[in-house]
Amino acid sequence: MSESDPDPPANTGYDEWADALADGGYFIECANGHGSLPPRRVCPDCGSTDLSEEPLPETGEVATFSEVHVAPSGFGEEPPYVTAVVGFGSVRLTGIVRDLSAEEVEIGTAVRPDVERNDATGNRLIVFRPA
Amino acid sequence: MTGVRVAGVGLTPFGEHAGRTGRDLFAEAALAALSDAGVAGDDVEHLNYGNFMGALAERQGHQAPIVTEAAGLRCAGTRYEEACASAGVAVREAVRAVRSGENDVMLAGGMERMTNLSTAEVTESLAVAADELFEVRAGVTFPGAYALMARAYFDEYGGDREDLAHVAAKNHANAVNNEYAQYQREITVEQAMDSPPVASPLHLFDACPITDGASAVVLVSEEYAAEHDLDAPVAITGTGQGGDRAALQDRTDMARTPAAADAAAEAYGDAGVASDEVDLAEVHDCFTIAEVMALEALDFFDPGEGIGAARRGDTTRDGDLPVNLSGGLKAKGHPVGATGGSQIAEMTRLLRGDHPNSDAVPDATVGLTHNAGGTVASAVVHVLEVAE
Ligand SMILES: [Zn+2]
Repeated sequence: MSESDPDPPANTGYDEWADALADGGYFIECANGHGSLPPRRVCPDCGSTDLSEEPLPETGEVATFSEVHVAPSGFGEEPPYVTAVVGFGSVRLTGIVRDLSAEEVEIGTAVRPDVERNDATGNRLIVFRPA
Repeated sequence: MTGVRVAGVGLTPFGEHAGRTGRDLFAEAALAALSDAGVAGDDVEHLNYGNFMGALAERQGHQAPIVTEAAGLRCAGTRYEEACASAGVAVREAVRAVRSGENDVMLAGGMERMTNLSTAEVTESLAVAADELFEVRAGVTFPGAYALMARAYFDEYGGDREDLAHVAAKNHANAVNNEYAQYQREITVEQAMDSPPVASPLHLFDACPITDGASAVVLVSEEYAAEHDLDAPVAITGTGQGGDRAALQDRTDMARTPAAADAAAEAYGDAGVASDEVDLAEVHDCFTIAEVMALEALDFFDPGEGIGAARRGDTTRDGDLPVNLSGGLKAKGHPVGATGGSQIAEMTRLLRGDHPNSDAVPDATVGLTHNAGGTVASAVVHVLEVAE
């Protein structure tokens, strides 16, 4: 299916956010303290449009993870790889764990966020490294 | 508000239909449903049709007019898309159309063609149901997402892979006699445990297969059924729908499915039925852990108790609450856009007494169906009752 795929769309808001993960990153906070991720015009928890960018906590904790053995075609990552949802204060991020095997990852493992380029898709790829 | 009767149901066998088009599959199910109902195609006022990945799998969007024509109908049709809950939504909207008095005869169902794609392509196509920016780009596959939920569940409530293997073995056992099921064979708990890993902690036998198939149901008003002297003893008495944040990372609790709980609460309230009055259920077991979380969201078991239900025998065919007597998605198969309609079809047959597994529930009067989209960012629940 890949030969006719269109150029990927620009993702204003998301792309800038992902790039910033290399320097620690940020999240969106509403006036009532709810966290979310861009692009965002309104807080999904309370409807507030009073939003600000706040720095992500330096380290997060693995909330859940999986070692993926069957990958989508053309994704570029050679299975097996470890995907994880990681909590950073009031937001969670999903990405691929680097430099730790599935046996070394546990719920609660501390990691820091980073961003890579996915060579196969051209998209930004969120990754986590040991904190 | 008029009551809604299931006048007839139709299914294709679920499995691999190489060389057949989606329109042909749906036409087979639709004609079977009309024949079962004893309703003329010309009486159908609208087609509600579910399909998820046809634009990828068959390069065919705008399917509703094509399958309407293929089924020999001369009415308009609408396609509903809510990932794996597409046909559930199609049925729900048909129920609402009949109840409103706007329509007396609706055809609802769905179709999916999946086996013409490679496993990697199906994996990629199904992943489209997840959040593109925050999940798909991070390598989260459909099995991978349920694996994340399974790990979160084990961490919060306990349970292990062997509990899940009992769910798989139960549903395979139920499919043995179902002529529409993809896998009409038993598996053992050991075989499930020993199958290869797909996304830890889930293994191959925790997952539903890749399936082609179609489903259709004819829904009519009580007045139409009476006027035309239809034999339509089963009514849809409750319908509910719930929604949630698409990405798992944005959910408060990754081990629970509040969209299904909301859909169930709405459907129970609509029908005036309590969860302990339900005699049997068809739930969305795309992965074994999905059945566990469904049992809890539907208020059949307390949080943490659903994981042991199959192992204890509570949900086996001779248990207090048989679940997925059709074989479920796990063994019957999961043509995603057809599944919600097939659950209504199977439950109708089970309640009418003409399903091969009806003898497991000979006195059943209340059945429930639960159809989920993605990682239960969408959920549709229906209550079916024997009305006469
Ligand atoms: Zn807020």
